[in-house]
Amino acid sequence: HELWEAVLPLIVLLCGGGQLKDDFQEELVIRPLHSGDIYASFHFRTLWETDFMKGNKVSHYRLFPKSLGQVISKFSVRELHISFTQGYWRTMQWGQPYLPSPPGAELWVWFQDTVTDVDATWKELTNVLSGIFCASLNFIDSTNTVQPSASFKPLGIANVTDHRFLRYATLPREIVCTENLTPWKKLLPCGSKAGLAVLLKSEKLFHSSFHSQAVHIRPMCQDSQCKTPSWELRQTLNVVFDLHTSGQGKQEWSLFKMFSRTLTEACPLASSSKIYIDITDNPQVGEQFELIPATPLLRQAVVLGDRRTFSVYDLTQQVTFGTVRSLNLLIRWKSTEGHMLRPLLHAERYVAGYGLQTGEIHTLMYNNHPFRSFSVLLLDSVPWYLRLYIHTLTVTSKGKDNKPSYIHYQPSKDRIRPHLLEMLVQLPPHSVTEVTVQFERALLKWTEYTPDPNHGFYVGSSVISALVPSTVAMDTNNTQERTLFSSL
Amino acid sequence: MKLFHLFSFFAAYLVADSSDVENSVGQFFSSGHTNNWAVLVCTSRFWFNYRHVANTLSVYRSVKRLGIPDSHIVLMLADDMACNHRNPKPATVFSHKNMELNVYGDDVEVDYRGYEVTVENFLRVLTGRLPLSTPRSKRLLSDDRSNILIYLTGHGGNGFLKFQDSEEISNVELADAFEQMWQKRRYNELLFIIDTCQGASMYERFYSPNIMALASSQVGEDSLSHQPDLAIGVHLMDRYTFYLLEFLEDIHPASKANMNDLFKVCPKSQCVSTPGHRTDLFLRDPGSVLITDFFGSVRKVEITTEAINLTDPIQQQEESSVSEDANKEMYSYVDQLPVSEIIHQKPKQKDWHPPDGFILGLWTLILLVFFKTYGIKHLKHIF
Repeated sequence: HELWEAVLPLIVLLCGGGQLKDDFQEELVIRPLHSGDIYASFHFRTLWETDFMKGNKVSHYRLFPKSLGQVISKFSVRELHISFTQGYWRTMQWGQPYLPSPPGAELWVWFQDTVTDVDATWKELTNVLSGIFCASLNFIDSTNTVQPSASFKPLGIANVTDHRFLRYATLPREIVCTENLTPWKKLLPCGSKAGLAVLLKSEKLFHSSFHSQAVHIRPMCQDSQCKTPSWELRQTLNVVFDLHTSGQGKQEWSLFKMFSRTLTEACPLASSSKIYIDITDNPQVGEQFELIPATPLLRQAVVLGDRRTFSVYDLTQQVTFGTVRSLNLLIRWKSTEGHMLRPLLHAERYVAGYGLQTGEIHTLMYNNHPFRSFSVLLLDSVPWYLRLYIHTLTVTSKGKDNKPSYIHYQPSKDRIRPHLLEMLVQLPPHSVTEVTVQFERALLKWTEYTPDPNHGFYVGSSVISALVPSTVAMDTNNTQERTLFSSL
Repeated sequence: MKLFHLFSFFAAYLVADSSDVENSVGQFFSSGHTNNWAVLVCTSRFWFNYRHVANTLSVYRSVKRLGIPDSHIVLMLADDMACNHRNPKPATVFSHKNMELNVYGDDVEVDYRGYEVTVENFLRVLTGRLPLSTPRSKRLLSDDRSNILIYLTGHGGNGFLKFQDSEEISNVELADAFEQMWQKRRYNELLFIIDTCQGASMYERFYSPNIMALASSQVGEDSLSHQPDLAIGVHLMDRYTFYLLEFLEDIHPASKANMNDLFKVCPKSQCVSTPGHRTDLFLRDPGSVLITDFFGSVRKVEITTEAINLTDPIQQQEESSVSEDANKEMYSYVDQLPVSEIIHQKPKQKDWHPPDGFILGLWTLILLVFFKTYGIKHLKHIF
């Protein structure tokens, strides 16, 4: 007893320090999709007013996880984006995701300009991250790492963008399972004990059409003057539940049906904890679907160039939980009419050809805007054992040749580095642009095959970066309070 | 005289009683280990080897339940069964039919998975010879006071264990690895359990002290699987580990069960194969070795009722005054797709490297030939 009484004033004093100024917010966005599936997106953000750059020694961590803070300081990381995805995002049926991610694992990092040997630091960083996230990221080496020359500009603040400090790698074969979710959940301030994270149960999350969890770290402006950076850690989890496997064919979704849990409280460490339901397709209340319990709070936000309306449930208010002290949102459909807006930009990629010797990679990019054309930057990273014949590269739109205004090609070196092809292509309005390139497979030594060679080989996804014209102007005023999912 | 006898009797009884107390206190400190580690390896790939992953996960579950934390467990699973596309219930691995017990759980941390489970990585983990950048969760950081539990399962034969259908580890390699561990003082006592066909052949060659070994079958016998589940479509567990799990479910951290009980797990009537064990290298008597010495992480705790004075609380350092704002440069966000900048981007300057040996050699050859042909007198025209 005496021990406790002596320790208690110590704890109180440390909490009252107030030097740290970190803030945690959590959000869940639920968007019903036209095919009857439902898309749930979790966003957890920790914003910390400190400076990891310039060799500052940070030692007192509160909401920001210490494991990631130490990784940032030790490896002089300026930005880190890592995602683990299982499944394939069907743009034509589901629309655009809030944060796209390729299947498997993807990691791209901007290092600070104080790093002298970027490749060695990159190798060490991937090994450390493989321990933190229980993933085989240690398989990332020079044979699957590229240095993009124009894509992947920093998402945070940056004064100089020398692409020497950028590295990008994908592991398309990486499996995502509970062992990746467990350490991811442990990075949250409340863990999986309180707040929105109690909904993250692996048995339901992995029984879905699409599952993606990501960690994004970047420096941000604190205020409009932007003299001091503050660091943002954003953890996102996107999941699409299928109507038939999880929904039992009935178009009626609730939190309990999706996650087998209901909410009882917000995370006590969170300054804001909200649930947003996308009701843009339900302009008259109760026309297409109804929400139980109803909420008067509404919010308009511009998401991906589209103005959408959301119903808001604020978990920090006790009234949200009602008399039963638990929140189980129910969305019940009345009619299944309605058409989905076609996404303005979407793409497909496939391998054509037959046999095991040669083939052709086709990438199709669709521009569905009726009268505007825009440029896209296509990044392709192909493993060395598919020998690309760049002289067979053709880019055609509407049947005619479309010469890219910028091409950067770095040929592969056998067993050392992959092919890197970056092109800036202008997509004419309402058209399909097709990029084809032929390849030949190289003979592999028998030790280079995986233990299950019958499975085949994976080629990583290509990346399209584009600024798509939208009908609504983006609001760049950062000081206003905005929803997390519209602001990455 | 009689009084004297009575008195000596009484004194002897007292002495015996106190030595009994001393005995139990002695036993409390006699096992000699201060920390526990576990290395659990499943070496099989492919969906039909679901039972090997279930075996390893059930031992993982017991070991975690009895107190060994994740940081002290190195779990190696050669394939992913839980999120395999053939699994009708994703994120679960069951050990009993009718899906009674999900051994995968919600809080699992796999350290080596998929293609990382190789003979080389396994031996490196045991001997500690890992590359510098290996994270802590992938290392076996044991010392000379550690009790280590090593559990292997998969397909094996007489003298070897198959890793991932592409390589093997032999019993000689394994014995040498343990000897390396002994010489580098990486364990206090080691319990080796193997559940494969002809498992006893794997511990035949051990020669380092303080190793106790158990196997699910003798040389020439096959270890059999327990039961299939018709919904999942594969066999869920092997018999030996199934009964081992049943035995371990009854053990709690304060249990006094000893190794002799463990040797009796799965007799021939249940296992069809004959489990074997080897204790000749072990210094202590197996009857005095507690199960929790290896499967649990029982901490020795001393409870005291004395008061302890804490030092003064640490004063918060006042942050040094922030320098003038005017001196700081302004940061800004970067344009995400600066089209004009990209089109006019200069090609990346390649880093200059000094000429390599071939070029130097070529120039030396040219100069030598020149001077040989034309003589040395032309040298002054050059310099």
